[in-house]
Amino acid sequence: MLWSLTKAFLVGGAICTIGQVLVLKTKVTPARILVGYIVTGVILSALGLYGPLAEFAGAGATVPLTGFGHALTNGVKKAVQEIGFMGAFTGGLTSTAAGIAAAVFFGAITALVFKPRPK
Amino acid sequence: MFDKNAKPSPRRQDQLDRYKRLVERMSPNSQMGKGLLRAYWLGGAICAFGQFLQEAGKMWLGMNNTAAGTFCSTVLVFLTALLTGIGVWDRIGQYAGAGAFVPITGFANAVVSPAIEFRREGLVLGLGAKLFTIAGPVLVWGVSASVIVGIIYAIWPW
Repeated sequence: MLWSLTKAFLVGGAICTIGQVLVLKTKVTPARILVGYIVTGVILSALGLYGPLAEFAGAGATVPLTGFGHALTNGVKKAVQEIGFMGAFTGGLTSTAAGIAAAVFFGAITALVFKPRPK
Repeated sequence: MFDKNAKPSPRRQDQLDRYKRLVERMSPNSQMGKGLLRAYWLGGAICAFGQFLQEAGKMWLGMNNTAAGTFCSTVLVFLTALLTGIGVWDRIGQYAGAGAFVPITGFANAVVSPAIEFRREGLVLGLGAKLFTIAGPVLVWGVSASVIVGIIYAIWPW
């Protein structure tokens, strides 16, 4: 288990550091970086490059937002294999449903419970 | 007393120039290095914690791979929502930059933080709509890209 945690740490840290380079060296906003990471993840995964990385690093590759893109692509490919063409529309959200639903649900609950604080 | 237009003496000017060069040489690098190091260790730590959650789910809670992955992202999202609510996440974000917002924790924070802020504008158009301020674009482009990949894959599976 220690080795898999180390791999996740090393690869996940590296993926985050690339984002930090973009923050410090360019004027790209964090929102654009997030979108860029997802789309990059979708493309890398479609090209078959992200799968091996996820295999190697586990959560180090799936927890960063590129992993979200990887999950979208994986879901779409699986759904196309199962139900054909229409899978292109169902697969992505199916495979990422948990993350999205959790974010929406906990987001709504948190906003109901906590008051906005002065910045 | 101080004349703004008065030129500093050559000796003073030399000192100022040297100081300026020194600042230029030192600051961008050290700031950059520090920022990168912080992003690396916190981002890595979040991912390692995610890996721990997955393995814990598989080992002790009898989950399969899919369930363990879901468990990992749900717990990370929940913890981020909580830390955002009590106001701690802002500080973590300032400290680690991309180390905090590139993992799924950043997605969670991007959902929770506007939801809290716009809560006072109502439950539907405040909380409900603003919740998607940043998550919206992420979903729009992520899902669209994946649909394109899916269509290509349906025509030419590789």
